Amino acid sequence: MTAELRRLTCIVCPLGCEIRVEISGHRVLRVEGNACPRGLNYATEECTSPKRSLTTLVRVNNGAVPVTSVRTTKPIPKGLLRDVHRIISEVVLEAPVHRGQLVLKDVLGTGADVIVTRSVKRISESLGNLNALS
Amino acid sequence: MSIRVSVVGAGVIGAAVARELSKYEDIEVHVVEREADVGWGVSKANTGIIHAGYDDDPEMYPLRAGLCRMGNELWRGIVAQLHIPALWCGSLVLAFDEQERRTLEELRERGVRNKVKGLKILDRGLCLELEPNLSDEILEGMWAPTAGVISPYEAVVALAENAVENGARLHLETTVKSICVKEGRVTGLETDNGFLRSDFVVNASGLFGDLLSKTAGVDDFSIRPRKGEYFLFDKDVSPKVDVTLFRVPKPTTKGVVVTQTADGNLLVGPNARDLSGHERDATNTTRDGLDEVWREATKMVSSLPPRHSAIRTFAGLRPEPDGGDFIIRTYDEPFGLLNCVGMRSPGLTSAPAVALKVVDMLRGLGVPLTLKAHWKASREPIVKFRELSTAEKDNLISSNPSYGKVVCSCELVTEAEVIEAIRRGAGTLDSIKFRTRAGMGRCQGSFCVPKLLALLCRETGKPVEEITLKGSGSELVKGRVGRELT
Amino acid sequence: MREYSSDVVVIGGGPAGLAAASSCLEAGAGRVLLVEKEAELGGILPQCIHTGFGLLELKEDLTGPEFAEVLEERALNLGAQFLMNSYASRLWLDEGGVVVECVSPRGIEVVHGKCLIYAAGCRERIPSEVGIVGDRPSGVFTAGTAQTLMDLYGLLPGERVVVVGSGDVGLIMSRRFAVEGAKVVAVVEMMKHPGGLTRNVVQCLEDYGIPLLLSHTVLEVRGKSRVKSVMVCELDENLTPIGGTEREIECDTVIVATGLLPEVGLLEKAGAEVDRSTGGPVVNEFLETSLRGVFACGNVLVVNDLVDYAVEQGRLCARSAKSLLDGTLQRPEAWRRSAAGEGVRFVVPQLFSGAEDVTFYARVKKPKRNCRLSLREVPMDIKLPIVRPAEMLRISVKRDYLSKVERLTLEVVE
Repeated sequence: MTAELRRLTCIVCPLGCEIRVEISGHRVLRVEGNACPRGLNYATEECTSPKRSLTTLVRVNNGAVPVTSVRTTKPIPKGLLRDVHRIISEVVLEAPVHRGQLVLKDVLGTGADVIVTRSVKRISESLGNLNALS
Repeated sequence: MSIRVSVVGAGVIGAAVARELSKYEDIEVHVVEREADVGWGVSKANTGIIHAGYDDDPEMYPLRAGLCRMGNELWRGIVAQLHIPALWCGSLVLAFDEQERRTLEELRERGVRNKVKGLKILDRGLCLELEPNLSDEILEGMWAPTAGVISPYEAVVALAENAVENGARLHLETTVKSICVKEGRVTGLETDNGFLRSDFVVNASGLFGDLLSKTAGVDDFSIRPRKGEYFLFDKDVSPKVDVTLFRVPKPTTKGVVVTQTADGNLLVGPNARDLSGHERDATNTTRDGLDEVWREATKMVSSLPPRHSAIRTFAGLRPEPDGGDFIIRTYDEPFGLLNCVGMRSPGLTSAPAVALKVVDMLRGLGVPLTLKAHWKASREPIVKFRELSTAEKDNLISSNPSYGKVVCSCELVTEAEVIEAIRRGAGTLDSIKFRTRAGMGRCQGSFCVPKLLALLCRETGKPVEEITLKGSGSELVKGRVGRELT
Repeated sequence: MREYSSDVVVIGGGPAGLAAASSCLEAGAGRVLLVEKEAELGGILPQCIHTGFGLLELKEDLTGPEFAEVLEERALNLGAQFLMNSYASRLWLDEGGVVVECVSPRGIEVVHGKCLIYAAGCRERIPSEVGIVGDRPSGVFTAGTAQTLMDLYGLLPGERVVVVGSGDVGLIMSRRFAVEGAKVVAVVEMMKHPGGLTRNVVQCLEDYGIPLLLSHTVLEVRGKSRVKSVMVCELDENLTPIGGTEREIECDTVIVATGLLPEVGLLEKAGAEVDRSTGGPVVNEFLETSLRGVFACGNVLVVNDLVDYAVEQGRLCARSAKSLLDGTLQRPEAWRRSAAGEGVRFVVPQLFSGAEDVTFYARVKKPKRNCRLSLREVPMDIKLPIVRPAEMLRISVKRDYLSKVERLTLEVVE
């Protein structure tokens, strides 16, 4: 398999080293340009199994607002973001909802959970009730 | 047996005519308007000036000259009756060289001929006393104490509300396709919502005046749009001006104006650029146009706020008739058509006088006109919470806690005011804006648009995807989240 | 009408205000009454559903709403009192300290405080400021409004989006649109470098294949009822449009993410001096404005990129408020001025005494590598391997140095 040269900017710290990674298939042959080992780890992972955190929304019934926000508890493989998002978009929670509440456990076997990040009280009649929009 | 008069166009002319006609017994008034609200054509995008009346040569433009000064006087009563924001600040026409000084004198004489009161030529010192923010370069100014500014969009809303309260019927989002004529007589209006039988048709369709008139067989004039662009600044801006400032006018335009608005904003503009008949909705602002306005304005005052601090730029179109004067007349054929078009400046000022003239013309056509015994001359405006005293605010909140929920912080507009606007027919964000000022402040709706959206949903029961900025096609949101990644 | 009395009054229940309230209570500064115009606390945080909050304060990478709830709980547990749905519409000084008049559904609420901590946040720059001309259709939103619609209300503002501005706000919103199913056709950036962090350029644009048009600007919006397209063009080094480079990009939504402005109006109306380079009030090292007993923190003082700085400023205001109440707040005869020198946009606080250690906040005008930040008068240089306008600098200077200078100028040196 031929080697390929990938360039990326490290995002671990503000230095933003320009790192060059020589990669063949899924094997990293060489990493250059990083100022520290964290950069090496980042570049390696980014080229072989990039991960991202996902933050998105989930519908809430009978809440003061019609949606709430959720996140993965740790970064998940980048390629699974779309599927995880699809799964989350099928969930409907019932108010009240609490910060930290579990939405999905070990989503798609990633080891990451999806948890609620914003509490939602049960419905009220004030303008705070954006449920008119549900 | 009632006579049906249909008015095409709910701009300031149409609304003024409708209100005037609503004073009479047995006149069934229908106003047909293509937009989702009244006043959204020419009427909402102009300088709002109530001119003193010295501009128009009574020989060249008899209608403009005659109706302007009369309109100026009539507006004073109307703004009080209908609670329309107005600022009677007077105007100064500025002269920067000898030739302009001579023109000032001509204007003054013309004003006297038009029966305008109080015109005075003032030297620079006196001008500066009236308006400290004047440019150093001015030589003289003509002071017209009877000039003022009103809120043009609130004026149309007020006129229309009052007309409707007195029995006029308003058909919004209804486009007139043609005026129907049979055997030399007007029979009604063909609209996209069906046929409206009418005995008389008042064509007050602004920028489309000639196109509509042509459908009735009258095409001896043409209307062309003349664009004017503006900068609008926040009320708190500095420096402002106390007096409405003009330069010496040119044949095509009164030129760029620097003025306070009736609500206390600073307004700078318009320039004047002629467009073709295919550009009747070209209300887009342009870099060149705005540059031109800015260049002209900076000559008039000693300083303006930074250009980029304008909270909004916009453009309006004047309906310029090829003959220059208003076209307000009837015809032997088709009988029953009253054209009321070409209402370029001083169209806003003249509106109440135009309405009286329309009534006169109808009388001349044999329409029996008896004043109603009971006609409601005034209208209760939507409370302006921000203008109340602390005690008044507190009392109002006690009677209705919604007055204590601030929806638009920039302009201090409360939920109760927004609900009242919706109750009065505001079904779009712009309709709420023009009735309450929500969204007109320094953040231009950044904070309040979501709240207004929620209120519209709640009060109208419409799904959020159907809420619009300014009518069908301008929906705010595309739907809800929860879709697939692209 | 109701009158309230408190030792400390805080306006604004966002992170700065909540932190200020908590720190006041922790320090035993007396009664704390916090006035908040919305029905919920947290300021802008509840709609910032991305992570990056609390990195310094909590050593955790939380989302905005999580961080807000942590701050809120802390303030509640410490005994902060709140006036919710209460909009501060006017403030003035009197012999007792500060008076704030508020509008609420309960009536007019007049709050008297011995001192005031002003944490009212900021608003967004609007399209006219960026010189965008053209039509005025539906579909033009500032980034924050789009974020409110999407992340509080669950609505999709548009399906085909052009984002103006590549600061972190613009980048984050680009990703939000992409994740929720819209197509972001371009991010248009005036400068030749992206405005936000590289991390965000990678994770918001590159991850989603969103084109970044550097040295470009949106000239014009087109569309009668709803946005139909924008005209963009390239800019030269002087940020002047290059003729012939104009092209049309079809879209139905324009997101304007061109910056934030402190909501300083209430302070200004009360007579406070405003610094044009920050848009916020001029403050001394106690974060006290030119109005005695009125302190400012958070985005109303200076637009922060890290919420942790807003919290830190809230804490400093609390310390200052406590000193004021204790009578130990020492104001000098004359204040010394800090100044933004070459390459620096602003320095906060603008005034110092020389008798205290001071943490200065500053931003550079241009991204640079391998340069130094010079404190000219001290003199002292701080090595900066990399510096960018998007990342606010935080420089702690000891009083040993400050006592010896009459002025402090921060400048970028090669």
